[in-house]
Amino acid sequence: MIQKRVIGALILREVLTRYGRHNIGFLWMIIEPMLFTGGITLIYNMRHVQHGALSATQFILTGYSAILIWRNIPNRVMGCLDPNLSLLFHRMVKPLDIFLARIILEASGAGMSFVVLSIIFIAFGAVHFPVDVLMVIGAWVLLVWYSAALSLLVAAWAVQTEIMDRVFHIFQYLMIGFSGTFFLVDWLPSAAQEVVLFLPTVHCNEMLRFGFYGPVEKFHFDLGYVVMFNIVLTLIGLAQVRYISGKVGPE
Amino acid sequence: MVNLQNVSKTYPITGGSRVILDDINLKISHGEKIGILGRNGSGKSTLIRVISGAEQPTSGQVDRRMKVSWPLALSGGFQGSLTGLDNLRFICRIYNTSIEDKISYVQDFSELGRYFWEPVKTYSSGMRARLAFALSMVIEFDCFLIDEVVAVGDDRFRARCEEELFIKRKDRAMIIVSHHATYIKKHCDRVCVLLRGQMHHFDSVDAGFEFYKQHSAEQ
Repeated sequence: MIQKRVIGALILREVLTRYGRHNIGFLWMIIEPMLFTGGITLIYNMRHVQHGALSATQFILTGYSAILIWRNIPNRVMGCLDPNLSLLFHRMVKPLDIFLARIILEASGAGMSFVVLSIIFIAFGAVHFPVDVLMVIGAWVLLVWYSAALSLLVAAWAVQTEIMDRVFHIFQYLMIGFSGTFFLVDWLPSAAQEVVLFLPTVHCNEMLRFGFYGPVEKFHFDLGYVVMFNIVLTLIGLAQVRYISGKVGPE
Repeated sequence: MVNLQNVSKTYPITGGSRVILDDINLKISHGEKIGILGRNGSGKSTLIRVISGAEQPTSGQVDRRMKVSWPLALSGGFQGSLTGLDNLRFICRIYNTSIEDKISYVQDFSELGRYFWEPVKTYSSGMRARLAFALSMVIEFDCFLIDEVVAVGDDRFRARCEEELFIKRKDRAMIIVSHHATYIKKHCDRVCVLLRGQMHHFDSVDAGFEFYKQHSAEQ
């Protein structure tokens, strides 16, 4: 209960700090990712590229909404402890609360923008209503879970070494090429399929597209694998956060 | 009561570690006023943070049976881009107390005027100190940890802090870190001297100061 209150207060504080009270304030949280995905969709439509059975809009809506989760959440959580160290003056505020507040904020922004953008695209007939809403939600939840677990791990590592700040952004950028944003697993040679299917993001992308557009292509994903991967990553992440929590203090 | 048992704190430094607190035992009873003496870098602030729970001891136990404040220092815990009012709201939320009835007190004590609705980063250091102090008076603590905060500011601020702490809240326990001998003598029942990480207890403030003076030239 205490943690719930603390995380709630941290989220409110973060929203105020980042977006202020002026003009549209926290709505930027939803609009910013929407403009990003919307802009990319426009570029891809101008190139008139068909991605298998999927239109450019269908492909980008799912692929980039996914990127905004698995890339932005860990990237923005990673360095968030350092500027907030003075919060630790208050005994009930733990590093984990600061991480979770940021994760929840980022995930809700990305989630709401995905929903709003989908509604707009559906209204304009660019995509149809998701074939299996539950499947879409499931894929989204698994992706947020993976991103949250990864966030905890890299945030805890970033406290211990500055190297994280140098290499993690490169890792995340390169991952764009491997995470199924621009391809479907089925289009790859089978050797490459086996490799990319180590990545939970690939499974989530496939699942998201299957849920949204139905069996228009052959999609490859294994729910059990992603859940197992996430459980292990979460445990390692929590253990690392626990390890640093005994060591950090306010400046 | 707050009880520290065999508390040690070490920090990593290049090529090893440095012991800041070495097997400290300290018991703070209800209403007791304890002064902490020590040279700069002797670990006074670390001790205050460990008592408050802002930092974990490397080994040993801290048992808090009363509501202990955060370390009352100059700027602790402010978000510069938030206003004074936002900072008050945040403190009230995390300490689970009502907000609306605290606003007029904080406005009155901090004397910020219209700056109460401006970001803290635009404040002078005096304004920050007044806000920080007012915020810590908003929560009802049984034990206040005071890290030199009262020594700053002008006479009026010091006088108002003294009234809030030692008249209105004279029944509370306090742990006071200060280099000002008269301040400690005036307010503390006993003193502890931190020397090379170890704590020396003195029931009389004068004896503690004598010991502190004798050893303050040592490293």
